[in-house]
Amino acid sequence: MLNAQCSMLNEYSNKQCVNALNYWFNDNSLIIDNCRLIIAQKDFDAVISTTKERALERAAEIDERAKKGGKVGRLAGVPFIAKDNFLTFGGKTTAASNMLKDYEAPYQATAINKLEAEGAICIAKANLDAWAHGSSTENSDFFVTKNPHDKTRVPGGSSGGSAAAVALDMIPFALGTDTGGSIRLPASFCGAVGYKPTYGLVSRSGVVAMASSTDVIGPLATTVDDAALVLEVMSGKDELDSTTIDRNPEGYDLQTSNFKLQTSKIGIIKEYFDEGLEPGVKKVIGEAIGKIKTAGAEVSEVSLPSLPLALAVYYIICPAEVSSNLARYDGQRYGHFAREAKDLAESYEQAREQGFGAEAKRRIMIGAHVLSSGYYDAYYKKAQTVRTKIIKEFADAFKKYDFLVGPVSPTTAFKIGEKVGDPLQMYLVDIMTVAANIAGVPAISIPAGLADNLPVGLQIIGPQKSDRELLGVAKAFEELKS
Amino acid sequence: MAKLSRDAVLKLAKLSRLKLTEEEIEKFRHELSEILAYVEMLDKVDTKGLEPTYQVTGLKNVTRADKEINYQAKSKDLLKNAPATEKNQFKVKRVLQ
Repeated sequence: MLNAQCSMLNEYSNKQCVNALNYWFNDNSLIIDNCRLIIAQKDFDAVISTTKERALERAAEIDERAKKGGKVGRLAGVPFIAKDNFLTFGGKTTAASNMLKDYEAPYQATAINKLEAEGAICIAKANLDAWAHGSSTENSDFFVTKNPHDKTRVPGGSSGGSAAAVALDMIPFALGTDTGGSIRLPASFCGAVGYKPTYGLVSRSGVVAMASSTDVIGPLATTVDDAALVLEVMSGKDELDSTTIDRNPEGYDLQTSNFKLQTSKIGIIKEYFDEGLEPGVKKVIGEAIGKIKTAGAEVSEVSLPSLPLALAVYYIICPAEVSSNLARYDGQRYGHFAREAKDLAESYEQAREQGFGAEAKRRIMIGAHVLSSGYYDAYYKKAQTVRTKIIKEFADAFKKYDFLVGPVSPTTAFKIGEKVGDPLQMYLVDIMTVAANIAGVPAISIPAGLADNLPVGLQIIGPQKSDRELLGVAKAFEELKS
Repeated sequence: MAKLSRDAVLKLAKLSRLKLTEEEIEKFRHELSEILAYVEMLDKVDTKGLEPTYQVTGLKNVTRADKEINYQAKSKDLLKNAPATEKNQFKVKRVLQ
């Protein structure tokens, strides 16, 4: 049964599914029975498409099964939105790219199949930076999603549509992907809970690949409990993804956990409080850490001196893997096709020239550069070696501390258009999130307060495979706030 | 590092199977040079005695049983997004003239 504290999830599961979904689809600006305003999609552009027909069919099936007393699953009738880089039936999967704008997935992501098996219903696909390349959702080849707290600002990215949809209460949870911070950053900017699991805990099968050695799938939700329940359903080994790892036998549903902050040792990451941190963010994070201390946790500062190198490591490894993963888009088997091309070579070039946006091209070429003969050792191998150094520093820190804390981002949500002209400035937005991806460790962004009326997320990072405990400590922090 | 040359950008475009416009060549020459200049901060990092990490959870040679699996997508599903097919296969433009 659902956890009593999963308010949103409970609310949906108690409703007749078809009715609940009809509310959602009829009109985007209508008022649901309990008077929660479903804010007009047109104001925020969180969603690229809906999967209305299939969602209603599935809801009818679940209602029918429930009526007959059959098993309907732990998430029966709970609607969710998937980032549009998850392959799903019932509509298109675009990765917010012109290359895949008409692509209909021939199979579904394992994560989607697992959620469906528990009765959850995918109702729409969320906007993202095309191919998940970006930190603001401005790189979407279609349109820019707006921040629910201020329409002139970005929602963060790349899972910006997912975070905005959760923050707007459109649905109780959404799915995102996090390669360098793409779940945590928009969660921080929009004021949602965003969870990045240990690398390999959730199967990547059926998710458009970006940087395979750091890509993870995770939930964005209103509460830690909801995020944990979604992870509980999605996690585990999958034959279709050879990098998947075993689940914690105790699972991730926090209903059974009884995590106390008093028993934990928490390290404040010194490097994340250096110059560049906005005073408003610093204040909110400082207060959050103060509360954790007051609750009885043992808190002290810790230095991981190589963390400032993590972004440089990431922007070698990530484009290298992107260039390899995007090589498959050749306009022959699926994706944008260059009809006017004269021969095969030209059909590759034209399909890619027309189908990829500027950011994808940048990453593909940087990747080609750092992997090319003569440069491989200096860039790629060097980056993977500095990666080892960062991993060691995390391991050393986790000998002394159970968790590490810091901000998710040095700033709150920035203005739309503020950074689009300068790719390097946009990359720097990820400066505090990429290290967790490089080391494969789990991390969460949890709303900590507001700075100038904009949300600020606290980041908590745990050792690999500490997902259950990390969610527990995040929940304990969440309870301190209320 | 010095700014990438025009030829270097054209070579990367060729390796990447991208046909760039004149405007793009100049734009990327500038942007890629800036990004590379940033990541070159790693040059100075002491990594003596450290090995590169390619897989973070320590997995090695993961294989599955060598038997047919009942995969959810059938060949007709996999062909439905193709621009051209013939006899249940992908059809591409002529390779040899």
